[in-house]
Amino acid sequence: MKVKKKGAVALGLLVASGILALAGCSGSTTAQPTTSGDAQAATSGELTVWVDADRARALEDVAKKFEQEKGVKVNLVVKDYGKIRDEFTAQVPTGKGPDITIGGHDWIGAFVKDGIVAPVELGDKAADFKKVAIEAVTYDGKTYGLPYAIENIAVLRNTALADSTPATYDDMIAKGRAAGTEYPFVVGLDPQASDPYHLYPFQTSFGTSVFGRNADGSYDASKLSIGDEGGQKFAAWLTAQGDTGTKVLNLNLSGDLAKEAFNAGKSPYFLTGPWNVADAQKAGIDVAVDAIPTAGGGDAQPFAGVQTFFVSAKSANALIANEFLVNYIATADVQTALFKAGGRPPALTAAFDAAKSDPIVAGFAKVGANAVPMPSIPQMGSVWDDWGKTEAALIKGGGDPAAQWTQMADSIAAKLG
Amino acid sequence: MTGPTIAAPPTRAPEDRAAARRRRRAEAWAEAAGAGWKVWLVKIVCLGVIDAMAVYAILVLLTKDSVVIAAAVALGILAINVIYLKPGLLPAKYLTPGLVFLFVFQIFVVLYCIYIAFTNYGSGHVSTKDDAVNALLIQNQQRVEDSAAYPVSVLEKDGALFFLVTTPDGTAEIGSADQPLEAASDAEFTGGRAAALPGYTTLNFAQLVANQATISSMAVPFSTDPNDGTLQTRDGSTAYQYVSTLVWDAAAGTMTNTQTGVVYTDNGNGSFASADGQTLATGWQVWVGVDNFVRAFSTESIRGPFLAVLVWTFVFAILSVATTFALGLFLAIVFNDPRMKSKKYYRVIMILPYAFPAFLSALVWQGMFNQDFGFINQSILGGASIPWLQDPLLAKVSILVVNLWLGFPYMFLVTTGAIQAIPDDIQEAGRVDGAGVWQIFRHIKFPLLLVSVAPLLISSFAFNFNNFNLIYMLTGGGPRFADASINVGASDILISMVYKVAFVGAERDYGLASAFSIIIFVLVAVISYLSFRQTKVLEELN
Repeated sequence: MKVKKKGAVALGLLVASGILALAGCSGSTTAQPTTSGDAQAATSGELTVWVDADRARALEDVAKKFEQEKGVKVNLVVKDYGKIRDEFTAQVPTGKGPDITIGGHDWIGAFVKDGIVAPVELGDKAADFKKVAIEAVTYDGKTYGLPYAIENIAVLRNTALADSTPATYDDMIAKGRAAGTEYPFVVGLDPQASDPYHLYPFQTSFGTSVFGRNADGSYDASKLSIGDEGGQKFAAWLTAQGDTGTKVLNLNLSGDLAKEAFNAGKSPYFLTGPWNVADAQKAGIDVAVDAIPTAGGGDAQPFAGVQTFFVSAKSANALIANEFLVNYIATADVQTALFKAGGRPPALTAAFDAAKSDPIVAGFAKVGANAVPMPSIPQMGSVWDDWGKTEAALIKGGGDPAAQWTQMADSIAAKLG
Repeated sequence: MTGPTIAAPPTRAPEDRAAARRRRRAEAWAEAAGAGWKVWLVKIVCLGVIDAMAVYAILVLLTKDSVVIAAAVALGILAINVIYLKPGLLPAKYLTPGLVFLFVFQIFVVLYCIYIAFTNYGSGHVSTKDDAVNALLIQNQQRVEDSAAYPVSVLEKDGALFFLVTTPDGTAEIGSADQPLEAASDAEFTGGRAAALPGYTTLNFAQLVANQATISSMAVPFSTDPNDGTLQTRDGSTAYQYVSTLVWDAAAGTMTNTQTGVVYTDNGNGSFASADGQTLATGWQVWVGVDNFVRAFSTESIRGPFLAVLVWTFVFAILSVATTFALGLFLAIVFNDPRMKSKKYYRVIMILPYAFPAFLSALVWQGMFNQDFGFINQSILGGASIPWLQDPLLAKVSILVVNLWLGFPYMFLVTTGAIQAIPDDIQEAGRVDGAGVWQIFRHIKFPLLLVSVAPLLISSFAFNFNNFNLIYMLTGGGPRFADASINVGASDILISMVYKVAFVGAERDYGLASAFSIIIFVLVAVISYLSFRQTKVLEELN
């Protein structure tokens, strides 16, 4: 009766697949039982926090401390930073998302639109943070998260090749050429999307911005200002610096190639953020951080990106989450630990002042002092695309810059409706 | 008189027939059991495990209100029990495990994708209506400008919760959700904040946590005047004064803005809209029928790029198969020639592009194609500045070249095998009849070769039709169409366009992306079906 035996083997297979199938269908069965109050009374809740690998190490201590003092376990779930935004958006509505996640402040608009993030009331603590950080996490008059780090770009200078960074772009290029290196100045661009983020300080130096701002510093989506006269001048400048002009801006010099060129001593100046400093120092470059020179005569203001802790709108542990953020993460010790893990200036003024003893941090912070928060309104998502495409076309040259720029502004305005 | 009656011929009563059936069944069971009680034991234990899991899953699903899935699991488990307990049904016994996998990992995914295609799932519509209402309400709790922070202790009396707050001037006040703040003169202070009140128990942190859902949604009226707003706490230790700008009327299903008086109602498309068409930002998922398909074909700014991408997808897939097959076949014939020396080594070299991961190769090629720094322009073409990946036409050419590089070894392998399988005597016969080399190839070798290779060509076509990796790694779909409202480019194929619609940029549109996916599935399925029907004709050659 061999057949029957085989039938049993097949059944064994079925058991295995059944387990898998049920695991697939009923993944929710293993979700942590953090049901609200009455059902699970008297047990302390748990807090699930999504962090990236760097931040996880810095937060371990504060998580332990929180558990000791409050009796609430904090689960740090390490996520790939690039995936956090999508996963948070996908998982919060299912009720299986985290209580807290880290992220960039420019996601706030989309998160609010999706209804997946809850406001965090900082109260009087707001005054302890850098102004730009609070402005960045404020949306619609409410603070949606707790800022922990500020990042912005600046000019990295190879001190062996140039003794200073001049105040104007043209002088910097002249000095760069005098250094006799392959490139006078490098900035990472992309052939298709250029890089509006890195080029923004030059754009602002022509006295233009993307959106107008309200009195409290928040952006007003109804005031699209990108197509104004300053913007058109900037467009002409891009073409003048591009393939049909001085060729300083090269679309084919990607971020990686620009970094490589600077680290190999092929350029005295490199417009980039704190994330490229460590590798440059490893390559033996003595780096100084300087202000970004002006191209149009006005202030060259880069975007400030603010790293933030968000609270999920569907968190069953809103109370603990707020307690953890406002009374633990918003302390100088934790902010300093996060700074040491990520190398980005802290958002809390006390921690920020302590971190400023490092000349690199001080350099970026000085530039950041007049940075503008990157708009977090959801409408910004409709801007990047056309913006990058048009800047790439301008750098390639061959058209009427002002007309191309105005066409871009019209296209963005059409998308905003 | 009566003699002995002749016994009636034994007619089978129906109940007898049933009894016989029962007996036969019992015999079959006995026989099955006789197959060895150990096997039976294993069977019963396994089934028991599965049934237990299924019952558990069904209970969990019912507590989560997933009635449909619970019913599906119940049906499935019933079917499994029938299949394994009933004697016979042998094919089903073997196929079931595979079918379970097929259902969970393929059919369910496809069905879910189809379901999404008929909803408006995407940015701003990610969850249920209840979630959207909650999100709107918490977003529209506005803290009263420049109002003070009130240290708060949460107290409990007779199962009701109270806020005991310390006012800025140092006095204590108490209130609950239905009782406005009033002075609590006999409050006990610790460290400058009111902490306890006789007759009430002060909650410690663990108790706060246990009741956090109630506490964070608790709103204590600030005074008897509702316009003063409410005191609410987010962390259980500090309360602030809030006014709500939106009021939800559950009975009428409307949102009212208390400041402007505008009433927002459900507009049927997953948003709250006012009479003049203004919508509130946060919406929810609803069934929208064939809207996404209609949009894919009727919206000008989507249709144009979609059709361009569709045409290029076919061109790309067909040319990829044709070029790789032509080169692979040519090399296979060359290396099959008995006069060729050191064939082994050449063949190894030929296989190399196939051995490297395609991801890596595509990235390396992308670097080599760089306009100013790439190996091709710099070293091979002596510093030419050819925009390989920036020009719409050249980008397509580059993709085809790279795909030829990646794909010809596979074709070389399969055609080598097919050629070697063709018996020599057929060719001999052709030669005796006076056919030339070309004629032999054209009329004998090639048709026989196609018999075995044609299905592989079809599968290669289907693979390239959805060759996301190559496009994503090499050109990213660029260069961009200037006039498209969705982010697509000249070298995008359908699958990479779907990826961009669903996962790139700020406006995610999962519904539209799923609709595109279904269109792709239908296209590939139809083409494969027609092609396989064609290949049947070839089989008659044998």
